[in-house]
Formats: sequence, structure tokens, C-alpha cells
Amino acid sequence: MKSSKYSWFFLFTGEKMHISEGVLSAPVLVTGAALAVTGISVGLKKMDYEKIPQVAVLSAAFFVASLIHVPMGPSSVHLILNGINGLLLSWLCFPSILIALALQAILFQFGGITVLGVNTITMALPAVIGYYLFGRLIKEKNRLLSLAAAFACGFFSVFLSGILVAGALLSTGESFISAAKLILLAHIPVMIIEGIITMFCVAFLKKVKPELLEGVYEKR
Amino acid sequence: MIEEQFATGNSIIHGLDPRVKIIVVALFSVIVAISSRFLALLPALAISLFLVAMAKLPIKKVFYRLLLVNGLILFLWFVLPFTYKGQELFAIGPFIATKEGILLASQITVKSNSILLSMIALLSTTPIFSLGHAMGQLYFPDKITHLFLFTFRYIHVIYKEYRRLINAMKMRGFVPRTNMHTYKSYAYLVGMLLVKSYDRAERIHKAMRCRGFNNKYHSLTQFSLKMEDIFCLSLMSAVISGLAVLQWVVTT
Repeated sequence: MKSSKYSWFFLFTGEKMHISEGVLSAPVLVTGAALAVTGISVGLKKMDYEKIPQVAVLSAAFFVASLIHVPMGPSSVHLILNGINGLLLSWLCFPSILIALALQAILFQFGGITVLGVNTITMALPAVIGYYLFGRLIKEKNRLLSLAAAFACGFFSVFLSGILVAGALLSTGESFISAAKLILLAHIPVMIIEGIITMFCVAFLKKVKPELLEGVYEKR
Repeated sequence: MIEEQFATGNSIIHGLDPRVKIIVVALFSVIVAISSRFLALLPALAISLFLVAMAKLPIKKVFYRLLLVNGLILFLWFVLPFTYKGQELFAIGPFIATKEGILLASQITVKSNSILLSMIALLSTTPIFSLGHAMGQLYFPDKITHLFLFTFRYIHVIYKEYRRLINAMKMRGFVPRTNMHTYKSYAYLVGMLLVKSYDRAERIHKAMRCRGFNNKYHSLTQFSLKMEDIFCLSLMSAVISGLAVLQWVVTT
């Protein structure tokens, strides 16, 4: 984000992970919305009224962090960070990601109302799964193991998001098969970069503020 | 960068009740998203263009915005015509474009852009805080509206923190490149943002408690339905029903 002019260009090239309005078929949209509502209601149940300002500040941090563009060869990718989001918020990442996506839809028109459910699922479900798979390993004392788990969490979350995006396109129509494959292929470097960023970020948090990884935002 | 570009203005659309706008845009998006015939989609595009014209938005900025968010659509234009099986239309080298593929790509383009334009015309012309309060009055779950309002409130605060951190990095000679050092620096930047946001959240929480925050976000704005709101809502409902008729009832 050197100057605002360039950052807009990068947004244009980097934004493939959100599905636009008007692409998916009605059954896929409805399924996505239903699943998202389920996830969001679990998240809301686990979130106290008291914690709302705290979750909101963290969601804002993720919103801002996702505007960062990281160079990758001649191009650049923008950070998704759903892996870390899941690690910090577990189920609360559903409402957090929903709000971030809604704001992106209103402010920048990325995504929209009818695809909000599908987009929430593709981002938040991998985050929650990543939390359950790697959350415990990351708190491990063994530094190497914890770093490996953090890398895997970042990598896997984006990988699964890619699979879900491809799946949504494929369920809309067989004709999207090449498009879905290409999207998945284009995301392999993103997965690696997200893995690396998640790894360093978790290492940093463990040193500076380990309690952040202890589920401080959840109801207890 | 995070600004509500179209939120201020004095057109009829800017003056509408945010609740009406949310309802209209939701109905319109849903109907257009599940339509497939050009008979319904082209009028939908015309309606959304009309709405943008009514909102008196700067054409150049709207066009620029559309260009930015059509990334996925552009990508589909490169892929769909050449991979969809059907009647051959033309060939570029080994790639054969089919009529069906081009039709599908244009259908998606029209659909997507009519919804986008309606969102620009109706949602982006409303300040986010009004939208949040309108959501509350439309019986969205309280926790969702609160989270929405608070998150938007703090995005600007955190963005300032982010600018400070990135300026500090630049002053120390940081130049982003494709290497491990860059990724590590960005990871620490993200980590620092999270830590700062956590600390800030603690302070905010305490400050709000001191001021007697009882988990309720009160709104001082009172919405009232005016004549033009009711007129607009009924007109748009009729138009949207018309689109549904064109899509599902009219036989060609």
C-alpha cells in the first residue's frame, strides 16, 4: 500500500477469494446462508454482550490487516488471515468474519448480500476447523512443533477456503470446472505465504502476549 | 482508504429512510441473483442504473468502483467461453469459444453488475452508522448490530495504528520484497496490530464501564417514515415483482 492508487490496483488483482454477486445458483446460495446462520448463532451464543467491544476491536484489526498487500514476485497478494482469526476467536470468528464481509460489501462492494452466507462459510468454517486441529498443538512448549502447527494452520485454512470456493462454483454448474481448478491453483502461493505469516505471527504472539492464544474473547 | 465515498449527497436517494433502502436492496438482490433470463436481467440492469442516476453519484467514481470489483467476472470471461461445451462461435488459436459459454458469461456479468449498482445506489449512499441503527430497528439480532457498529467505529482507530506502524517501518528503511525478511516483518506487523487492539479493547472496556455502559448501544437518530419513503417502497416492490413476473411467468 504505497499510495492509494497502487493499492486499488492490487485489490483488483488480489481479490479472487470472495465470490461476486450473481455467479452462484440459488440452491448454493441458500445452502451457504443456512450453514452460515448455524455457525453464526453458535458464535453469538459463545459471545457475551460484555465481550462485544473487545471482539469488535479485534475484528477491526483483522479488517485492517486484510488490506495489507504482501509482495509475491511481480504481483502481490492480500492477506486473508482466517487461520489466525480462528486461533484467536474459535467460533466467534463466524460473527467477526460476517461483519468484516458485510462492511467490505458496503464500503467496497466486494461480495454482496446474497453471497454473504457462502462467503462467510468459505472463510470462517476453515478457521474453526483449523482451531480444532491445530489450536492445542500451537500452545505446545516444543518450539519447533508449535511453529510447524502454526504454519499448517495458516496453510490449511486458506487451502480449505479455496476448496470451498471451488466447491461452491462446481455445485453451481459443471461448466465452472476449469475456473474452479484455476482458482485453486492460483491460491497455492497464497497458502504458502499465509502459512509463513501465521507461523511468524504466532511465534510473535507467544513471546509478546501469550494470553491472546488462550481464548480470552470467549464467554466463560 | 476506508472512507464512505458515496455517503454524502443531497439527492432523493440520500434522503430516504435507511430501513427502506435495506429492504429494497435485499429484495432486489435476491430476485436478480436467482433470475436467469435476459428478459428480466436487462430491465434489472436498467433499474439499477436509474437508481444510480437518481442518487446523482459521480459517474467516473462509480465506473471505477465497478471496474475494481469485476475481477472475478473478468476472470470468468477468460475461462467460461472456452471451456463450456456447445456451439462453436470463433476460435483463438487452440481455444474454441462457444455461444453457450459467452451467453453464460454475459448473464453473470449483467446479474453481478445490476446487484453491485443497486448496492452502490442504495447502501453506499447511507452512512454506516445509520445502516447499523436501521438494522437494529429491522430486528436484526442485537449482538450483530452492536458488533457491526463497534467494528466500524474501531476500523478507523486501528487503521491509524496501522499507518503509524508502517511509517515506523519505512523510516527504518523497510522495502517490501519477495523474501523471508519481508514476510517476517509483515507477520510481526499483524501481530503488533493484534496486541495493540487487545490492549486498546481492555482500556475501552474499562472506560465504558466507568461511564455506565450496560451492554446497550443507544441510538439518538429517530427514523420516521415519510411520504416519499412509503411511495418509494411501494414503487420498488411493484418493480421488483415485475421482474419476478418477467422471469417466471411470462412465456416466450
